[in-house]
This record gives sequence, structure tokens and C-alpha cells, in this order.
Amino acid sequence: MFHIFCPYCQEYREEEEFHPSGQAHLIRPADPASVSDEEWGDYLFFRDNPRGIHHEMWVHRLGCRKFFNITRDTATYEILETYRMGEQPSITAANAEVRREQGVQTADGGWQTVGAQPENSRLNEETPS
Amino acid sequence: MTQSNRLNQGGRIDRSRRLSFTFNGQQYTGFAGDTLASALLANGVDIVNRSFKYSRPRGITAAGPEEPNAIVQLGASEAAQVPNVRATQQALYDGLVARGTNGWPNVQRDVMSWVGKLGGSFMPPGFYYKTFMAPASMWMTYEKFIRKGAGLGRAPTEADPDIYDHFNQHCDVLVIGAGPAGLAAALSAARAGARVILCDEQEEMGGSLLDSRESIDGAPASAWAEQVVAELGGLANVTLLPRTTANGYHDHNFVTLHERRTEHLADTAAGAGREGEVRARLHRVRAGRVVLASGSHERPLVYANNDVPGNLVAGAVSVYIRRYGVVPGQRLVLSTNNDHAYRAALDWQEAGREVVAVVDSRAKPDGDLVKQARDAGIRVITGSAVMEATGSQRVSGAKVVAIDTERFVVTGKVETLECDTIASSGGYSPVVHLASHTGKRPQWRDDLLGFVPGEVKGMHVAGGAHGVYALGETLTDGADVGAEAARAAGFEEAAAIAVPEVAVRQESPTSALYQIPHEKPPLRAPKQFVDLQNDVTAAAVELATREGFESIEHVKRYTALGFGTDQGKLGNINGMAIAARCLNRSIPEVGTTVFRPNYTPVSFGAIVGRHCRDLFDPERYTALHQWHVENGAEFEDVGQWKRPWYFPRRVNGKRETMHEAVARECLAVRRGVGILDASTLGKIDIQGPDAREFLGRVYTNKWAKLAPGRVRYGLMCKDDGMLMDDGTTSCLAENHFLMTTTTGGAAGVLEWLELWHQTEWPELQVYFNSVTDHWATMTVTGPDARKLMSEVTDIDLDREQFKFMDWKEGKVAGVPARVFRISFTGELAFEINVQANYAMHVWKALFAHGEKYDLTPYGTETMHVLRAEKGLIIAGQDTDGSVTPEDLGMHWAVGYDKPFSWIGQRALTRPDTAREDRKQLVGLKPKDPKVVLEEGAQIVLDPEQKIPMTMMGHVTSSYYSPVLESGFALAVLKGGRNRMGETVYLPMSDGSVHQAEVVSTVFIDPKGERQNV
Repeated sequence: MFHIFCPYCQEYREEEEFHPSGQAHLIRPADPASVSDEEWGDYLFFRDNPRGIHHEMWVHRLGCRKFFNITRDTATYEILETYRMGEQPSITAANAEVRREQGVQTADGGWQTVGAQPENSRLNEETPS
Repeated sequence: MTQSNRLNQGGRIDRSRRLSFTFNGQQYTGFAGDTLASALLANGVDIVNRSFKYSRPRGITAAGPEEPNAIVQLGASEAAQVPNVRATQQALYDGLVARGTNGWPNVQRDVMSWVGKLGGSFMPPGFYYKTFMAPASMWMTYEKFIRKGAGLGRAPTEADPDIYDHFNQHCDVLVIGAGPAGLAAALSAARAGARVILCDEQEEMGGSLLDSRESIDGAPASAWAEQVVAELGGLANVTLLPRTTANGYHDHNFVTLHERRTEHLADTAAGAGREGEVRARLHRVRAGRVVLASGSHERPLVYANNDVPGNLVAGAVSVYIRRYGVVPGQRLVLSTNNDHAYRAALDWQEAGREVVAVVDSRAKPDGDLVKQARDAGIRVITGSAVMEATGSQRVSGAKVVAIDTERFVVTGKVETLECDTIASSGGYSPVVHLASHTGKRPQWRDDLLGFVPGEVKGMHVAGGAHGVYALGETLTDGADVGAEAARAAGFEEAAAIAVPEVAVRQESPTSALYQIPHEKPPLRAPKQFVDLQNDVTAAAVELATREGFESIEHVKRYTALGFGTDQGKLGNINGMAIAARCLNRSIPEVGTTVFRPNYTPVSFGAIVGRHCRDLFDPERYTALHQWHVENGAEFEDVGQWKRPWYFPRRVNGKRETMHEAVARECLAVRRGVGILDASTLGKIDIQGPDAREFLGRVYTNKWAKLAPGRVRYGLMCKDDGMLMDDGTTSCLAENHFLMTTTTGGAAGVLEWLELWHQTEWPELQVYFNSVTDHWATMTVTGPDARKLMSEVTDIDLDREQFKFMDWKEGKVAGVPARVFRISFTGELAFEINVQANYAMHVWKALFAHGEKYDLTPYGTETMHVLRAEKGLIIAGQDTDGSVTPEDLGMHWAVGYDKPFSWIGQRALTRPDTAREDRKQLVGLKPKDPKVVLEEGAQIVLDPEQKIPMTMMGHVTSSYYSPVLESGFALAVLKGGRNRMGETVYLPMSDGSVHQAEVVSTVFIDPKGERQNV
């Protein structure tokens, strides 16, 4: 069961209070009428499913009811950072290795930090950045 | 019976407290402090079970959770039955009743033994798959017989009388295991001020210290354990949890602990004189840091007939002698590849029994313990191993031979030593199970000949769990690791405790040895068991590799290695080593299987906790619930709500059937006046300057011009254009709206609104709040509704002043109310909203005035019939996430020309969504009016077509209409709107076929005149 740092409540809370809400940073085309059926279909139905770094949207359903984002390693289940809606992740598949080496601290220096060794160095290469 | 194997002194038992118990119908006695296993051994009970597949007699092999054979069914009464209890972990209490789990009808004479004897070589791995494959329909029959024969324990058929709790716990440092490393770690962390939980699965804390031959600070090792436990027990920041197994290690240092509070006293809490107390607790611990001090399990060696009663792992022999004062035999042969196991021989000899020989696979062992054994006059045979045990019901001898481990052959002549007990040791396997629950694979260490835990974030390993075995080193390691964990948890000053003095012992290195070669080829030698619980032999593993199963995961599934309730604690490494030898690979190349929670079986009671019976799931009641109960309502579950389903009356002394009650309720609404408790409908209060704009984006229809005082019905789609919910929204004021949702959709819709507001349109100023529970809703509907309402309200009910789809504020029965003229029945209707705590008063006032109109309460079933007669959908019943507003024929509720591209709009013009032949909502009228079609029934056009038939759609709602005096249904049908008047067919599972005509979805009052009066 995850221990999740809510970036709005500024507290670690149990996973039972939260609810996953799918891939983060999906961009809804600003003018839906101007995009092709195929592009709209991609927006509607196609999602990334990487092994490794992934950005997910969660909601603090039984807490502050705020949506926020989580950078999570889908292979180790480690949550690397949580951040508010509208913010960008500091850890991505492209920079994860560097950030890990630098020992970047996010959240409040507790669990949601970097530093774990990926089991496999190719782990993050499979994800287009 | 006498306790023939009990020593007169020694052990941590209380000889003054004699306990009697029953095993397999036979009475025995033991002492306080015994486990069931030690008491059975004390009484000389050799056979405790029959084996799973071959039905061979089995005895006690180990002394801890790794025990594969002594699996018992516990419980004196039916309600207290507990299956699959390890006798080695069950404390003895007076009056204990247990049976061997396997062996039907009994362990001594077993009708299944023909399977083992006759089966023998005819039962290779995959036997059941290969033999009982066909016909498939018979598998259930075979399985029943096999299961009964094999015996896997049984669940009680009566309700569990006990109660169980869940505890949520937090700590800085959780120490798992209270052996030398765990105690030292806990003390380091505790003295630094960290909040510590120390748990240990045994009856007594101390682990290996309780049976150690060594001294700490010149005193017995167990004395140091007692002293540390006493100190920890006196510290306010320490929670000691004995009889508590860490069973699961989950994400982010979440560990589940299973604490047994009364199971050492009796088979129920009441039986233990602790009526009303909790039998077991499940602690859900979120630990800052975890110290894994779970120690190691000794591996037995794999040799022929190593399952005959009298074969034990060496360490268990020491435990039984030193801890329980029980010597499980007369004449011992010890087969080992390491020094540590020699203590079994020394303990045995000191207990006054004969050690026939120690057989050591190493050429020149010369460690301190080896010297001690030699000095004690024990015969040590080097370069050799026990190749085979003789005897069937009990070991009668050991065939010893010189071996060449490199070439895996025997090299000398076989010597048979007479004995009744063979202890074996193949080295030690760190207990890595918990660490691997997290998904981290264990790592092989050649120097240790074992797997150690993989690196888990937030976990520190101490002592035997990562291969630190010598007592002095274990204490030092534990002290250091405990301090390290405390520092990591924020106690920066934490320092290791001063470690007491332990004499260092010289040890000669352990040799790699798992399976002992036999003079016969592996597949022809007598059975060499790897996994005793599942009857997996070395030959089976070898055969599996020959048949092409190379991955250890496949070998495991093919042979069932490690599949038992013991998860292969004794056999897994040996099985991997054998597979590695057969495949000519190293053990790490073959890999290890994944251990999963739970470490040992957990009772369902502990898992369930209080979440059973009335507390299984929360129940939600409306403010009027008590009235419904008192008036005989039958209830229906709608989400977590209990809603009145129908209100049966007594007519001529007979209680109405549901059909009769619903027909009466329907007619009352159509001809007089009825009332529904609609409080469960979701209600969301929406405020803000951009509330109106927001509504326009989340609903398919227009909201720009809805004036205060007006109500509108809206459809809500997902962005793929499929309907997700519907309901009315009322304009309370220019920037203030009240949205209603379906009962089941309330929470989801609120989250949906928040999602779009927070993630797509945060610039809109709008706020949402659930007010479902704040307002009670009562629907007064029927031709007499206005007459009744006029008696209880000050609101002007004139049809011109208070139009259909208006809402007004006023007083109803003297309390403030909002009244909405909306209709889900097709009749004149007033929906009264009052504060929930006024609801009962208003409801009763309505009945006081309604008596003369025969005001009839109706439930959800009548509501369904009435709305379906009008073709009004229920989102989630008539729709299923693949239905668009167009499919429902609700073009009128879709604003294609709205300025903002609302949720779902773009998708409605995608080619698939715009298809003409999509399933569309239609009405169905059965040709036979007595027929009520089955909901979910498939629709076909040609009933003569061969199976598989072309399915054109299905029935979504179907009822009997007392007004139409006929069954009727709503359905989705491909191209349905162009099929009006056509006949369709509904084949039923019994072979009959119903016919129905495709008709409009509106069965009553197509012009909507009745609601607009």
C-alpha cells in the first residue's frame, strides 16, 4: 500500500485516501473541432504504459479532493515525487538517471525522493520522453 | 501414555504444569511451555501425517514455521476448527484437540496408500494434469476425490465465535525477529529514543538464544535475552509483540503483523476464559525503517527416503533437546556439510543418548565444534554422507557412503549404521521471504551458499537474515544496524549498544552440498524428497528439466515445488540446486522463485477483522428510514443506500406479493397520489460566477439562458461521447445551481466535475459541494398531488404560477422547503426538498393530510415501472458506457451549436459514433402480453438461424405494466429507430423464443400532457 505525500495537504497519507486517475499531462486539444478524427481518437484512447518512470494523476478523494501528479517507477513502485496540478515533474524518464545520481530530494526529504537503484539500467530507455 | 522421550531436567518447560491433549483421537500429556510438536515427540509419536501425493507416513521434521509435515487440523468443536496449523508453532494448552491434516481415514492405516505404492513410478510430475485431463467435465469429480484423499484441511462449517481487530500502527523502527540480532537492534534503536515495535512469531522472545550452547558475558545466552526483553518491556517508546508474525512486507514500508492473543491458551477466546476479548489482531504498520532480523532456516540434505519419520533437520534436534527437554530418539546419525550442525550431536550425547556417528561431507573438518565432538568420543566419518535412510514407519538405519560432490557420484562402499534418528544439515538459508514480498529478488552469495535479501528502500538487514551467523558477530551486527536504522529515521545521535562478550569459535568452511548422490542413478534411486509437503522428489525436478522446463518458475509450477502452505521454506533452495545441477548451470543462473505474502497462513478472521456481518460494508439510511421499517417496506441496496423497494400490505389477511404491491402502487400514482423517498439522489451545490459556463461545458445541452427559478434536465457524457450520468439542475440564483445525479453516480459525478475544473479549466471560478445528505427529497406525484400539496404549503401551486420545470421556495408543513415541479413518473409531481432533520415531520404531515386521498408510499420498483412506461432512462441500467445521447434518441438534449466544445461533443462526429446502425434505444412490446421479457435477453432477427446467431441488441429494462395490462420493455437494438413495427425474437435459455414488436420508448401519454397539468 502506497504512502503518498499530498502536495496540497503537505502530509503523507495512506493510499486508502487516494484514487488513481490515469496518465498525467494529457493535453486536450484546445480546439477539438480542428483536429482529425484520428488525433481525437489518440487523445481519447491511447495511453503510455512504460516500465519505469511514469507520471500519473491521483486525487486525494477522502482528503482535500485535489488532483495532483505523481512520478512513479512502475517497476519498483517507488514514488519519486508528487507535485501540484499545473506543475511540471522534476524527474522524467529522460533525466531520471542523472537525477538519481545527484540524489535529488523532492517532497520533504522523506519517502518520495530519488536514490534507489533501478534493477536494470535499460529500464528507462523504453519510454519516449 | 508416558513421555518416554522427555528428559528429567532441562528445557524451558514447566514440569509442574501437566497438560493433557488429544491427537488423532489418542490422549497424551505434555507440559506448559511445550509446542504441540515437542509434546508429540516427547510422547514418542512418530507418524503425524500422511504425505500429500504418495500417502507416505510422515513425522515431525523441523521446529519452526518451516515444518512441512506436522500440519494439523486444530479445534475441539466444529466452530473452532482451524486448518493447516503447524504443530511446531502451536503452543500446547490443556484440552487441545488436533488431527493430522492428511491421511483419510487415519494416518496409521491409509486407504490412499495404494496411490503411493501402486502409483510409485507411475506418478511423475504433472501426473494429475496428464491423467485426469479428459473428459473435462469429470475434472470436478476427480478433484473432489483427490482432494479428500490428499487432505488440505477443512474450514469450519459453523460461524467463528471469536472477534478480531485491525490496528493501524506507526513507528520509527520496526524490528522483525527477536533473536540475537533483533534484540540488539531493538535495544540500540530504543535507547536512542526511536519508537520501536519488536515482533516475534514465537511463544517467547529470544530466537536462537533460547537453544544456544554459547555463553554471553559468562551466562547462558537465554539469560541475556531475558534481560534485554525486560529492559525493552520497561521502555515507553517500545511495543513488544510476541506471538506476532510479520506476514507481509508491502510498498513503502507497510508491514502487516499477525498477532495471536489467545491461541496459545485455548481454541477460542471464550475457552481461554477471555470471553469478549480479541483472539487475533492484524497490525497494519507503517514503519519509518524496517530492521529485518528474521534469521535463517537450516536446509536439510536430500537423500533417499529422507521422509521416513525420524529424519529431522539438525537444528531442530537441538531445539527439542535444549528448549523442550525432549530427545526425539535413541540413536542418532548426523549428516552435515558444516560445523554448526555438530551441536545436535553434542546436545544428543549430553542428553544421555547414543550418537552413532557424525557423517561429514568435508574431507578435513577441524573447527572447534568438530574437535569437541571428537574429544567427546563421537565417531566422525569424513568425505561421506548419509545416502539413504532405511525403515518405513520409523528410521531403522542410515546407509553411509563416501561421495564425490564435484562429479556427483558415490566413491566407496556403503556402510549401514543402525539408528532411529537421522539429523541432517546442508547449511543455512537466510529468511529472505519478507524482503522479496516487495518485489526485490534475493541475491545469491557464493561465500554464504545462500540467497540474501535484495536491497529494499527503508529496510536494514541484520544477523542471520543476511548470513551473519556467529553469535558474537550477530550481536554486533544487530546493534550497529539498529543504530543505523534509528539514525535513518531521524535519531541522529543513535549509537550502537555495547555488545556483550561472546567467545569466538573457529569454524571450518561449509561445503556446497544439497542432494546426496546415490549408488543407483537419480531416477532409479529410492525417493529423495525435496519438498516434503508437496511430495516433490529430486527425480521429479530432474525429469522436469529433461522435459524442457528450464526456468525455475516453470519447474515450480510443473512439479508443485514450493506450492504448499509452507511455501517451500525447507525445500526451495535444494530444488533450485538440483535444477541447476541438471541444467549444468549455477544456482543464481537458475534464479529463485518469488515469495509472496503471507509468510505463514493467516486466519480469515484476522484478515477480515471487524469488517463482517453488520459491518461488512457501510449502510446508508435516509432520514425517513425508520418510517419505512415501521411500515413494512422491503429494501433494495442501491450503492450503499438501503432504499424501500416496495411496501407490501396485508390484503384479506395475506401479505401482498411484490407483483401485487407494485401493481397497486403504480395504479395509485396513475389514478390518485403516491409518495417516494427520493433522498438518495445525488445533490451537488454549485456556486461561482462561472458556474453557468461550467455547466455548459459538462452537460450536452444549453444552460446559458436558464433563469433563476427554472429547472432543466441534462445529459452528461464522457469525452468519448458516451452517456455517463443524467439528472436535473436547477438555477437557484444567477451564480448558484443545484445539480442532481443518479443515486449511484453521486460521488463519481462530483469527482468528475472537480477533475475538469482542476485540470482543464482552473481559470473558471466555480465551487462544488455535495449536499446529498443535507436535503431529504420527497416526491408527491399523481393526479391528486396538487390537492394534497395545497393543504400543506404556502406556495402558490397554480399551474400558471408554478409551471412544469419550475422550482419555488416556501414552507411545507411549516418548515422551509424547496419544491421542484419535475416528474420521473409522467404524472403531475412535486419534489419537496427539506433539511434532512425536518424530513420525518414533513413526511408524517403529508400522510396526515393524505389519508383522504389514499396517499400511497411506493418504492424503487414502482418508480422503475412508472419511468419506463414513459421511456425515461436510468443511466447505468439502460446505458452501459457505450451509448451516446443520439443512441438514446435524445437529440433534443444535445446543443451542437454551443460556443464551447463541451465534453463529448467532438467524439459524437467520429465515424464510429455517427454510424446509422448503432444500437439505439427502442421499446419492445411482447406479442404475448403475459410475457415479461428477461432483462439482458439477446435480440435476434431470425430465430431459425444456427448458433452462433447474429445478436442485434438486448433488453435493458423490462416490467409488467398494470396500466397497459401487459409486459413491456426498453431495449437497445441495432438500427432500432428504423425498425419500428418490426417483429424481433428473443431466444431463451430453456429453448423457447419470445416475440416482440419494436415500438416507441414512450408507452403512456406520448404527448406528456399528464405531467403538465
